[in-house]
Amino acid sequence: MNHATQATAFVANDERAHWHDSALWFVRSKRDKCAHALPEWEDLRAAASEVKMHTISRLAKYLEQFEVNAKKLGVHVHWAKDGAEHNKIVHGILQKHDVKKVVKSKSMLTEECHLNPCLEKHGYEVVDTDLGERIVQLREEPPSHIVLPAIHLKKQDVSTLFEKHLGTEAGNNDPQYLTEAARGHLRDKFLGADAGITGVNFAIAETGGFVVCTNEGNADLGVSLPKLHIACMGIEKLIPRASDLSLFLRLLARSATGQPITTYSSHFHGPIAGGELHIVLVDNGRTEILGREEFRRSLNCIRCGACMNTCPVYRRSGGHSYETTVPGPIGSILAPARDANEFYSLPYACSLCGSCTDVCPVKIDLHNQLLTMRGKIAEKKILPWSKRIQMRLTSSVMKRTWLFRWAGGIARWIMPKLPRFLVYNRFNPWGKQREMPPFPKKSFRQLYADRKRNRQEDKPK
Amino acid sequence: MKVGLFVPCYIDQLYPDVGLATVNVLERFGMEVDFPATQTCCGQPMANTGCNDDARPLAQKFFKVFHLYDHVVCPSGSCVAMVRQHYTHYTHGNAEFESLTQRTFELCEFLADVLKVEKIHGTFSHRVGLHQSCHGLRELRLARSSETVGNSYSKVRQLLESIEAIKLSDLQRTDECCGFGGTFAINEESVSCMMGQDRVADHEQAGTEVLTAVDMSCLMHLDGFIRRQDKPIRVMHVAEIFDAALSSCSEADTVRSEDALTATERTS
Repeated sequence: MNHATQATAFVANDERAHWHDSALWFVRSKRDKCAHALPEWEDLRAAASEVKMHTISRLAKYLEQFEVNAKKLGVHVHWAKDGAEHNKIVHGILQKHDVKKVVKSKSMLTEECHLNPCLEKHGYEVVDTDLGERIVQLREEPPSHIVLPAIHLKKQDVSTLFEKHLGTEAGNNDPQYLTEAARGHLRDKFLGADAGITGVNFAIAETGGFVVCTNEGNADLGVSLPKLHIACMGIEKLIPRASDLSLFLRLLARSATGQPITTYSSHFHGPIAGGELHIVLVDNGRTEILGREEFRRSLNCIRCGACMNTCPVYRRSGGHSYETTVPGPIGSILAPARDANEFYSLPYACSLCGSCTDVCPVKIDLHNQLLTMRGKIAEKKILPWSKRIQMRLTSSVMKRTWLFRWAGGIARWIMPKLPRFLVYNRFNPWGKQREMPPFPKKSFRQLYADRKRNRQEDKPK
Repeated sequence: MKVGLFVPCYIDQLYPDVGLATVNVLERFGMEVDFPATQTCCGQPMANTGCNDDARPLAQKFFKVFHLYDHVVCPSGSCVAMVRQHYTHYTHGNAEFESLTQRTFELCEFLADVLKVEKIHGTFSHRVGLHQSCHGLRELRLARSSETVGNSYSKVRQLLESIEAIKLSDLQRTDECCGFGGTFAINEESVSCMMGQDRVADHEQAGTEVLTAVDMSCLMHLDGFIRRQDKPIRVMHVAEIFDAALSSCSEADTVRSEDALTATERTS
């Protein structure tokens, strides 16, 4: 897989690519307004980053503390080393309770573990209840963004989809009408569900409780009627104290969508009356990242999606071009950290502009990590040979001043003499849409030497 | 004060006028400029591709060429960011080398921070669009980036605004990347070009006549579209604008400084 190929296909539809870019820029602008309204913004980022770094440095201790306290609240705690084990645990719990129908609120972890296809294979009806997630589920495609799963789709696309699956009027693109149709459809699913699965935004070691943030209230709806609630979380979702929560809730919603706070921040402390609450703690490569100092900071991530909204490449290539559950800058670290061979092109899908680093609410040095990851990819010789040899050659030339001067001279002499078709052809990606730079007769060093000579000659003897 | 002039390899070969303008500007501010001719490239293309072993010898060459200068000045934010922020991988605890990386400045920050220049004399009567090159912006912090919160400042903009008759364009996206990104411009040609054309369009709607930046690489990329599509925009490196402004007032200024000199002589 190669990001550039996927991106080229996305950019080919210029109107749609620009629409996608504008839609996400709008979210980024909303975030800016919200962030700039808080003079203490940079202090919040620094504090949140420190809390996360602290937690990660003592992750084992906090996880065990969380387990003890969650059990005290009557919660069943499970540990999964990878996605397969996670899916097995969830399946086991559902089997035990003779569940047929499951409603889910948005959880990137279950996406990462590919829980839905696994459960569907076992004959369960699994319904994503976040509107965006439901849309992509009906389209049988993965989400293209971690907060805005269907941001790649227009209302017309949703209308066509709903006409097919929910029987809405053909050609009715009114968002209000379409949302109400989805609402009616989902209400039936909520009422008929035997179990609710949610993600976790923050788990609190000190209390054993956890918080799920949704704008649609679908997490609450999904776990209030069924007697069984399974919450799936990556082990990095932990924070030490309940008092740390305000910091993260303030940063999360502002960074994600430019809201002062998410509409519903639902706190769970134990099962509902007569029900069962299970928490599955999933590693799936996280301790591997924890062990790599240069990428450790990426575990700070609270999955707000701000790095995607700000990324000029993501906005113009769409989430699917990354072919990984978490796309954009953070995904371009997490995916190759797990499998460098498959995802080697992602750290290069970046102009190193650094906007992601500046927007990140938990101060992950994203663009520097992407650069470091490139080093790992080149070191492991995963980077194509053609690219490595190019760099080796350039370096050999640059090491020798005479060779650099000579090569530059040849290029400046020959380039202006070449007929256009020899310069602009399919072997020159620069020239496809851009003119080549000028090739002047003399280099700076020549002109500088001339000038120095002239000045000396001008000097009165 | 003597400064070592570090001219990025592609400026040396493709944009000699930018190098000359830099020399002129520095000399106008009383600097003795020295261009050590053994210099080539800072190694950024290799480092950004991840080929650190190919970048390392160039970093060492940079040290060899420049370590005797008190200040090294360069008309590129990106190359200076490479030296100052990313040479840490290559200095291997050599204190002299580490100190050199901190003594290497982008032209505008050298003028603003070291020479404390507040005004560029002269006029430049054009509508200028300032492209905030990313490495200057977010690695050297030449200005407050739009993502971060705090007092806004911009060293480059402030210097430009001090020039008489200059007008600066108001952009819709004040500091979005142009999409050059070194080898990114080739590896991700389609996204890179979309980014570049979007920047050009923003400058067009803002009425930009002269598009400027601290990095000629961004401008080389943007100029590629401007010339291909025959847009009525001209690109100039920020040093060229400073140089143009300063030379526009050379006579008047000379007179003024002569006046001052005579005045001092008279009083002494």
